[in-house]
Amino acid sequence: MIKYPLDPNYLLRKKNSIRRNLLQETNLSEKRIAILGGSTIAEVKDMLELFLLQDGIKPIFFEFEYNRYYENIIFHNSELEEFSPDIIYIHTSNVNIKRYPSIHESESEIEALLTSEIDRFKQMWDSIASRYACPVIQNNFELPHYRGLGNFDVYDIHGRTRYISELNSRFSEQARLRSSLYINDINYLAAWFGLERWYDKTFWYSYKYAMNYEAIPLLADSVASIIKAIYGKSKKCLVLDLDNTLWGGVIGDDGLNGIQIGNETPEGEAFTEFQEYCKILKERGVILAVCSKNDEVNAREGFSHPDSILKLNDFSVFQANWEPKYENIRNIAESLNISLNSLVFADDNAMEREIVQSQSPEIAVPALGNNVTKYINILDKTGYFEAVSLSSEDIMRSSFYMDNNLRKEHQIEFANYDDFLKSLEMKSEIKAFAPVYLDRITHLINKTNQFNLTTRRYNQAEIESISNNSRYITLYGRLLDKFGDNGLISIIIGEIRNFEIHIDIWLMSCRVLKRKMENAMFNQLVFRAKKQKITTIYGYYYPTNKNSMVSGLFEQMGFTKIGEGDSGNTTWRFEIPTDFCNTDFLINVNP
Amino acid sequence: MINNQVLNRIELIFHDIFDDDTLKIGRNTNATDIKGWDSLAQISLIVAFEKEFKIKFSLEELAKFNEVGDIVDIINKKIEYLMA
Repeated sequence: MIKYPLDPNYLLRKKNSIRRNLLQETNLSEKRIAILGGSTIAEVKDMLELFLLQDGIKPIFFEFEYNRYYENIIFHNSELEEFSPDIIYIHTSNVNIKRYPSIHESESEIEALLTSEIDRFKQMWDSIASRYACPVIQNNFELPHYRGLGNFDVYDIHGRTRYISELNSRFSEQARLRSSLYINDINYLAAWFGLERWYDKTFWYSYKYAMNYEAIPLLADSVASIIKAIYGKSKKCLVLDLDNTLWGGVIGDDGLNGIQIGNETPEGEAFTEFQEYCKILKERGVILAVCSKNDEVNAREGFSHPDSILKLNDFSVFQANWEPKYENIRNIAESLNISLNSLVFADDNAMEREIVQSQSPEIAVPALGNNVTKYINILDKTGYFEAVSLSSEDIMRSSFYMDNNLRKEHQIEFANYDDFLKSLEMKSEIKAFAPVYLDRITHLINKTNQFNLTTRRYNQAEIESISNNSRYITLYGRLLDKFGDNGLISIIIGEIRNFEIHIDIWLMSCRVLKRKMENAMFNQLVFRAKKQKITTIYGYYYPTNKNSMVSGLFEQMGFTKIGEGDSGNTTWRFEIPTDFCNTDFLINVNP
Repeated sequence: MINNQVLNRIELIFHDIFDDDTLKIGRNTNATDIKGWDSLAQISLIVAFEKEFKIKFSLEELAKFNEVGDIVDIINKKIEYLMA
């Protein structure tokens, strides 16, 4: 297993046995990754494979001949077309900059040079978008290893440092404009690794590796994090210990006035910065939970400290008791309805980390150590919470869980479940895909595993094309109730073939189980089918080790099973009765 | 450090790089003796030697690596220099 913080030399030396062990895992999903190298990529590929295998992705690679990336993308390439990549990674760096400004050139000539360099890349990205319609991961540029003008190099128009900064800024702009373009920030990576170490000229001249061999595992990990984020495999929840993790000292012993938090002391300041880091994660959609060995009342008291950055309502789940932490963490996962491998556990105590990791190997447990000045760096460099987009859903996420907690409390008042549902005053919006939701729709399609009939994955370009194609009926569902807005939480895509609908995708977020939203969605599907004079709907269930909860869904909806394959795949048919009327739900649809 | 110690540590590196505990490495071992010893593996070996012995090979030294004995000699020279 690969542990954080990474030990690049260990990974490089042991890669063959690590790969052998990781390949023993079953349930690996294959992804086809084409790598375009502007320099030697062999080790990049090997390291990338390890990081992807670690998270259940088995990569099938395609490489071009050395440094022929531009020609092979711009011109028709039948081998690459046959390969049909899921992802294309463009491994360029500043060795691939065609030409730097010469000292004689004018501002407008340098601007033209910049434009031509960017255009070269835009041509590649456009070509990929039209031929392969797959996500592109693109390196930006690291700073140069010398500055002919010294410090002046960064602001004079002839400076290489200035030129690279301009290129990077335009790359970022393009990435904001193009939804399928993702930047791998080697500018940051090289800076953090240390520019001086990054440039290993011996290896460049001998083997044409553009960076220090030791940086390659880190670079590959960065690319892997982006790929995992694209497929919805970023971690969802950070579970935090309290004593000596979120504040200095032990609250049970030191009391509220004795714990170290706030800017009065250096130690307090360090813990304050760590709390700020956790808060930033929460604000962009990472769920925070507490798992502490403390009396609950003491644990909660720590957050009433006036200098505490985090407050009780920043946490979606709060477990403070004397039970084993691995049991508590399992409960946290269950109550959030997420799988164990979506959790990251941060604890200063090596023994606690060891126990949790050995009892639940799926939980990510970075070696946080017990030096608070290093916590942020260690967590940040794991890439566990890599983002590839930021939606209002992400920003609202922890409040969704907060609302859910309120719903659970509210439910206790009702003996009859339907009465409870009625009391929620649920409303939903169930309509065809709209451009404003495509980001969220793609995200949901890639990360939903449990309530998912076919587990088909599509990238954003494919979703855009489906939503514009009249051969498809698309439905998204948003659900609100009096406690709050759950957001967009269900998707159906039906393909129309021979006047029949074949359900290609039907999924729903675990946040809204047991509300009968699936009935409301199905109702709308039938309504849309009837509008097109279609009377037959086919449903398909492909079992995985995560979606057994929907094995009986079609039967529940009134379908008849018409076939069963050896892998357990089932096919179902529904003939829409003329008087179809499914009112088994208490949701007001499209009011 | 005597020749044997360097060779032993090199042998362990070969075990890791090729994921094979049974390999026996001697001064005359070269790429034709080990399956999978291609140019990529050669680079992996070099990187591992540099880390293990805390040295850096120069461009000329890298070009001279034909059999294990060559590397043992270069490493010994560099280690003596470091210890001097």
